[in-house]
Amino acid sequence: MYPRPMALATLVAALGISSETALAGNVSAGKQIATDRSRGNCIACHYLPGGQSPGNIGPALVGIQSRYPTKESLMAQIYDATVANPETIMPPFGRHQILSDRELEDVVEYIWSL
Amino acid sequence: MKPMFAILLALSLSGFSTLAAAATPEQEQALWQRYFQARFPDVPWEEFPNGAYAIDPIGRENWEAIEEFPPYETAISEGEALWNTPFADGKGYADCFPDGPAIMNQYPRWDRARGMVVTLPLAINECRKVHGEKPLKYKKGPIASLLAYIGYESRGQIIDVKIPKDDPRALAAYEKGKQFYFARRGQLNFSCAHCHVLYAGYVLRTETLSPALGHTTHFPVYRSKWGEMGTLHRRYIGCNKQVRAKPFKPQSEEYRNLEYFMTYMNNGLPLNAPGARK
Ligand code: HEC
Ligand code: HEC
Repeated sequence: MYPRPMALATLVAALGISSETALAGNVSAGKQIATDRSRGNCIACHYLPGGQSPGNIGPALVGIQSRYPTKESLMAQIYDATVANPETIMPPFGRHQILSDRELEDVVEYIWSL
Repeated sequence: MKPMFAILLALSLSGFSTLAAAATPEQEQALWQRYFQARFPDVPWEEFPNGAYAIDPIGRENWEAIEEFPPYETAISEGEALWNTPFADGKGYADCFPDGPAIMNQYPRWDRARGMVVTLPLAINECRKVHGEKPLKYKKGPIASLLAYIGYESRGQIIDVKIPKDDPRALAAYEKGKQFYFARRGQLNFSCAHCHVLYAGYVLRTETLSPALGHTTHFPVYRSKWGEMGTLHRRYIGCNKQVRAKPFKPQSEEYRNLEYFMTYMNNGLPLNAPGARK
């Protein structure tokens, strides 16, 4: 079942083709996914502004643009966190098809806005 | 497997700068117990069997209120009645377990003749089989009641699982259990160790993750979420499912080896079964 080929957006990131227009998700859809228990459930581990009962396993997701230079680099972290940290507990949302490409783009857009 | 064990422990063992690669079960057990004690310096040794309630004051308050009228009491008396009810052939559990019912710390144990780990639920069903009775289901129901009674009678016994040195298959079973514990699993890609070693004490959504040290001391449990009693392997199934992994069968070789590893790591802790959890 795993792994599946990289999403186009991730490929773009991997190739270092920085393009501001490659990723264009929907912020409110992304917020929905990030806080929904059965989908992204990022809030199980991360503080998200305004989110109810967050976990404290990962860092607070705020001030993201000061930590990631591009949306693509943020996508790479969410697509497969084990690339940056092989021992990470954070699920590989893209590589294991936990979220669809569309959902990933929406989540990236939302997290990028924080 | 060894590097993984050392790496995961080392990652969180910020207090220990010199971490020798663990080599034997004895060394791994010492490392493991030292790790949890260093991680939770305010938790007395005999408190670890209380799981998340040893480290989460709010959860503890609710739990202490629940323990005033323990929800597992019915199961204990049902179990006692089952223990004392003769089989169709006139015999009973006492014929299979002459030391019983306070025998919980004799399990899980390595059965040399059969070359496998024997757990208490397995031994109960084997007793039934010898006397012509149908086996009990392993997750809940009568077996949980019997275990609740046996556990209650065994309270305070000290865990003392042995890995016989002269049978390499016993060490292999322990190694398999350990491997299972540290293996990533399921679509969400977690290992047991991620949640109960590395992030023990952290909050996952609304749950304080309990430390692995103490995990096998109090089963079966009455779990409010289940609204009934359940066995240790029922809990394994739940923890496998929540990472979207395919669970194994209760009393499968995988889970028996896992129980062997986990209980060995708990050696020295007092038994406090049955338990209550939310
Ligand atoms: C089970 C826990 C868990 C879940 C669920 C989780 N994360 Fe993470 N995340 C972590 C941890 C822990 C880190 C810290 C870095 C590491 O361990 O790799 C992290 C790091 C991050 C980072 C990097 C932050 C930084 O400042 O470096 C981002 C961005 C991120 N996560 C986004 C997400 C998003 C978006 C989701 C949901 C779609 C999500 N995470 C779900 C545990 C989790
Ligand atoms: C995604 C996180 C996660 C993973 C992975 C996980 N667990 Fe759990 N586990 C929990 C939560 C949450 C609970 C309930 C709160 C608590 O007691 O920790 C729990 C409870 C338990 C309990 C009961 C503790 C008690 O005091 O009664 C046991 C035993 C257990 N887990 C074993 C395992 C084993 C074995 C594995 C791997 C096969 C595993 N867990 C994997 C999150 C996890």
